[in-house]
Amino acid sequence: MATTVIAEQSPHRRPLMQRFARGSEPYLYSAPALILIVTVMLVPLVVGISYAFRDVQILNPFSGGFIGLDHFRALAEDRAFLGALRNTVWWTGASVLLQFVFGLILALLLDKPFTGRGIAQALVFLPWAVPTFLTGLNWAWLFNPVIGPLPHWLHALGILSEPNNILSDPALAMWGPIIANVWWGIPFFAITLLAALQAIPRDLYEAASIDGAGPVQRFLSITLPFLAPTIAITILLRTVWISNFADLIVVMTKGGPADRTQIVASYIFTQAFTRLDFGYASAIAMVLLVLLLVYSMLIVVLRQTLLNKD
Amino acid sequence: MRARPLILTLAHRLAVLAYILFALFPLFWLLKVSLTPNDLLYSEGVRMWPSRVSFDHFRFVIAHSDFPLFFRNSLIVAGSTALVVTAVASLSGYALSRFAFRAKYWIVALMLLTQMFPLVMLVAPIFRLLSPLGLTNSLTGLVIVYSAFNVPFATFLMQSFFDGIPKDLEEAAKIDGATQFMAFRQIILPLTLPGIAATVGFVFTAAWSELLFALMLISGNDAATFPVGLLSFVSKFSVDFGQMMAAGVLALIPACIFFFLIQRYLVQGLTAGAVKG
Repeated sequence: MATTVIAEQSPHRRPLMQRFARGSEPYLYSAPALILIVTVMLVPLVVGISYAFRDVQILNPFSGGFIGLDHFRALAEDRAFLGALRNTVWWTGASVLLQFVFGLILALLLDKPFTGRGIAQALVFLPWAVPTFLTGLNWAWLFNPVIGPLPHWLHALGILSEPNNILSDPALAMWGPIIANVWWGIPFFAITLLAALQAIPRDLYEAASIDGAGPVQRFLSITLPFLAPTIAITILLRTVWISNFADLIVVMTKGGPADRTQIVASYIFTQAFTRLDFGYASAIAMVLLVLLLVYSMLIVVLRQTLLNKD
Repeated sequence: MRARPLILTLAHRLAVLAYILFALFPLFWLLKVSLTPNDLLYSEGVRMWPSRVSFDHFRFVIAHSDFPLFFRNSLIVAGSTALVVTAVASLSGYALSRFAFRAKYWIVALMLLTQMFPLVMLVAPIFRLLSPLGLTNSLTGLVIVYSAFNVPFATFLMQSFFDGIPKDLEEAAKIDGATQFMAFRQIILPLTLPGIAATVGFVFTAAWSELLFALMLISGNDAATFPVGLLSFVSKFSVDFGQMMAAGVLALIPACIFFFLIQRYLVQGLTAGAVKG
């Protein structure tokens, strides 16, 4: 790219200032973006990491001192935190799996042309545009027996013995945010998978049906292999994103009842927002960051070994 | 022979219909309760449509509550964020699209990194850093924070739009004596207008929905954005379902408008961000 920009004239014949101006041009274009990212994201990140080793409580004017690994020792014995780790796995796993399965089915349904496809597509993708706080409230209301139909329907179907709010039932509460998340996230998977589906050359299918392949066989030997890279990358990235996604839980259950829906991300927020204990919140955040790093490294290693096998 | 394809077509349409019902039902219910008068709310329970419709909840929310203020605050924050981010990201996206330079790899890596780590871990430090500057409880503070969060994703999105425009156009302009920046401003930017509009739409939607940082940074009504106002309303008046849902319908309007504007670019937007919700 640069060669085409510079090639009109040999760089050696240019005056020094002009060469400097040329060389600095891309940096000038990127400067505003970099300044924003560094001051609002990188600096707080580093400051946050330092908080993890300090006693920072907004309500306590005497706090602020260096306390070493005390927060992490407290964390190891914090049952709410250990529960939040378990809940995070459950929340992320169930949400990603359900979003993927229903998203894939939707993408397959929308892949072939039919009358009204444009409208159908706009309508089924609409949940993605609904703000997450409203998604959370909306589903919390649907699960509320006073105002919402779901408890009554679930009761009529025999799934619930009483038409109660599942969000206040410790054993079932996590299903509330998970269902809201699935509703909100299906379009994301469907849109990405649909784009990948439409990139598959159509003549492959024709050739396969001439050779006598049935629809199942065509799906397994053409569609799936073509989709596999998109599926893999979308699931991996979505896993990280959803494990960090606290909005729905904060809105719907605030982590309750009895911390049964508390995930690590919402626990960090609760510590910072309600208890104003920034030191402890940052220590939890450090643990989450390390876990996500390990997860990403595992993926990189896994990808390498898979690539080497071929 | 004819029966099988017919059944398949029928099953396909039914499945699509089921998805549409699932996608729309919660929003339908929101609208339904917001239009149900209070005296029918409990007596008619789970009926699909009230026997009498009233706009009282909307009238109350618009005339006698702080929601118009929250709406205005959110509009200012989301609108300014969208404009700032689009301006900044068209510059950086252009740099990534048209130049090969030494730090490019690191800039891309930095931007990808910011999309991967948990933003919630910045809640506490950002609050602590902004409060001595007087930027907590202020719309400006929110615009700055949201702008930074959205710049990386918008940069990749703008880069993908610039990549779609042939380089010959700038080459020709430069032979005619234009500088690169003049070529960028006068030739490339106008050609990217649809892409710019899409970026504005994506960033607006993201800023309109943001909740956690607004909750942390804003206290009190004056600078509350819509999500903050709605949540405090919910915790204060948790029995006024009709009014809460009328407010919810109001929050939905801008999101829906922008959704239909950017609909054509959804694929590009989601794959450019890759990890953006």
